[in-house]
Amino acid sequence: MGKIVAVTGNEAVAEAFRQVNPDVCAAYPITPSTDLMQRFSSLANNGKVKTEMILVESEHSAMSACIGASAGGGRVITATSSQGMALMWEELFIASGSRFPIVMALVNRALSAPLNIHGDHSDGMGARDCGWIQLWSENAQEAYDNAIQSFRIAEHLDIRLPAMTCMDGFIISHSIERIEYLDDAAVKDFVGEFKQTNPLLDVDNPVSYGPLILTDYYMEYRRAHAEVMSKVKGVVLDVAKDFEKISGRKYGLFETYRLEDAEIGIVVLNSAAGTTKDAIDIFRDKGIKAGLLKPRLFRPFPYEEVGEALKHLKAVCVLDRADAFGASYGPLFMEIASSLYQYGQRPLMMNKIYGLGGRDYMPDQAEYVLSDLVETAKSGKIKNIREYIGVRE
Amino acid sequence: MSTQTPLSLKELSKKEILLTGGHRMCSGCGAPPVVKMVLLASEYPVVAANATGCLEVSTCISEFTAWKIPWIHNAFENAAATLSGVEAMYNSLKRQGKIDKEIKFIAFGGDGGTYDIGFQSLSGAMERGHDMLYVCYDNGAYMNTGIQRSSATPFGADTTTCPAGSSMPGGKKQQRKDLTKVMAAHGIPYVAQASPSHWSDLMKKVRKALEIKGPKFMNIIAPCNRGWRSQTNDAITLSRVAVETCYWPLYEIEDGVTRITVKPKEKKPLVDFLKPQGRFKHMFSPENEAMLKQAQEQIDRQWEKLQREEECTAPKS
Repeated sequence: MGKIVAVTGNEAVAEAFRQVNPDVCAAYPITPSTDLMQRFSSLANNGKVKTEMILVESEHSAMSACIGASAGGGRVITATSSQGMALMWEELFIASGSRFPIVMALVNRALSAPLNIHGDHSDGMGARDCGWIQLWSENAQEAYDNAIQSFRIAEHLDIRLPAMTCMDGFIISHSIERIEYLDDAAVKDFVGEFKQTNPLLDVDNPVSYGPLILTDYYMEYRRAHAEVMSKVKGVVLDVAKDFEKISGRKYGLFETYRLEDAEIGIVVLNSAAGTTKDAIDIFRDKGIKAGLLKPRLFRPFPYEEVGEALKHLKAVCVLDRADAFGASYGPLFMEIASSLYQYGQRPLMMNKIYGLGGRDYMPDQAEYVLSDLVETAKSGKIKNIREYIGVRE
Repeated sequence: MSTQTPLSLKELSKKEILLTGGHRMCSGCGAPPVVKMVLLASEYPVVAANATGCLEVSTCISEFTAWKIPWIHNAFENAAATLSGVEAMYNSLKRQGKIDKEIKFIAFGGDGGTYDIGFQSLSGAMERGHDMLYVCYDNGAYMNTGIQRSSATPFGADTTTCPAGSSMPGGKKQQRKDLTKVMAAHGIPYVAQASPSHWSDLMKKVRKALEIKGPKFMNIIAPCNRGWRSQTNDAITLSRVAVETCYWPLYEIEDGVTRITVKPKEKKPLVDFLKPQGRFKHMFSPENEAMLKQAQEQIDRQWEKLQREEECTAPKS
């Protein structure tokens, strides 16, 4: 068995990357993911991994180099946050459209302006439709486990798509938690050997990557990408089953907490789920049937499964740690609304925006949301369909 | 490599052309001959990266490719970064014993993808020391998007974004960026300027570059008859005149030593290069005489400077 350690989220993911031992890593520092890549560079420079490091001059070049390396035929990683992801944006689509199974740790951070280095989900949400697989993580353990599983998912021969694993900047990336590490051998065996498909470096069988495709076939390529995405759910579940065998830890498309018999529910991503679970326990103790759903696989989004899990509720509140600037609902809310729309009888729904720019999500906020849900379920009327919490108005 | 194909037309004609015909570059374009010469010069297997541009969009249109070597196009501004990734993967797999072949890496980009939008990516890759040759085929404007100015566009040239309109003097008001010198300032082991009119000089430089470990940069003039408003049969002629007028001097900078590889017997006036090109037509109207003078002075200054650099950097005998 592995060992139990006290480490930060960044340290845990760097350890996952060490155990997977990729062929190439291209990265550019940005807070709060800098620390992850510093740790990994140190491992590389001390001969603990075989990884060739490319210490590029920007995130755009980081993803460009990842694409070149992945085309070359091997396992490739990177990490970034916020503006770094924004600068990569063009390349994210090229990585996924070219079907390169690059693995990226996204340490979630707010986007400028105003400049802010703390954790919110604007970066990951801004990149949600770039054709990457996204796995979100509540804590360092999940970040570690997701990082390892993401290689198997991304590299699956039916998939071959890039994957990003998300954890909250500072809140998780820089907090020390208790983690169970797996054995090196177990991880190595779990991820297996990288299987090359049409490597660019096979000079005897030359391939061309990155063709111009116009009106005649572009749409078929995009359709094929969508088709591949539809297979991701199944692979995520299969990989989770295998992962459970070596770790004892169970993963699905999402986690539910006291949801089965609940009447009201909160949907929330990442670290805020922990605080919310505590608040739910307090309400349960008062006899209120509250529950939680925490998405793990955000892209592709498992609409049917999420809809089935939530449809019995009287009222649902979706908490978004990313804004759509007042013009719309938060990105998570829109997915939950889409999941539930098909049901004739569905829960009352509301959306609350919280924790932008790393503002603390406090237990009293969770309790406020639950109280609002109780009232909504009782009255059948929504007071505020969309509201900011924890903000000076 | 010890046994190289001699650089004679007879011997080279026996080698396989690695960019096939049937691609969709314009008739008379200077870029394909440049690519063919570069690839013909290599005695190693080559993996190429290509910045978005004419060359890229015209040579790999699904479901066809003109490239007989492994080739990757990523985006406009990142051929160097992309190829640095390929090279890094090569190093990794070679170190792990998964590849044993000696492979060379060559990036191709136009002046837009090299001087301008791809400059940071190029500068970064060169500074990091990747073992690659970056070849810029310089046609002096964004030809692929319809002849817009670039920082490689020569002074006075008429382009669609700096048109020679009624506001005089018209055309591009600035001098071109001397990218070859900028790359030399990176302190990389080899930088050269070449022209397809001097094929032997060009191919010798490619060979030399490929034998040197580390980052190399070559800037190669590639006339574009659409943008230059010239004839479809004059790409080689014009690139020769570019050399003879010292608009495009042929030189190399190897480990800091500058050497002019082809010295024109008689330096021709710049107008010999400008006159056949419609993009400079407005400079020949009487009221624009000063522009011609200014353009000639720029070239004279640069040529003088280059010759002095050659003298100053020559190894002491």
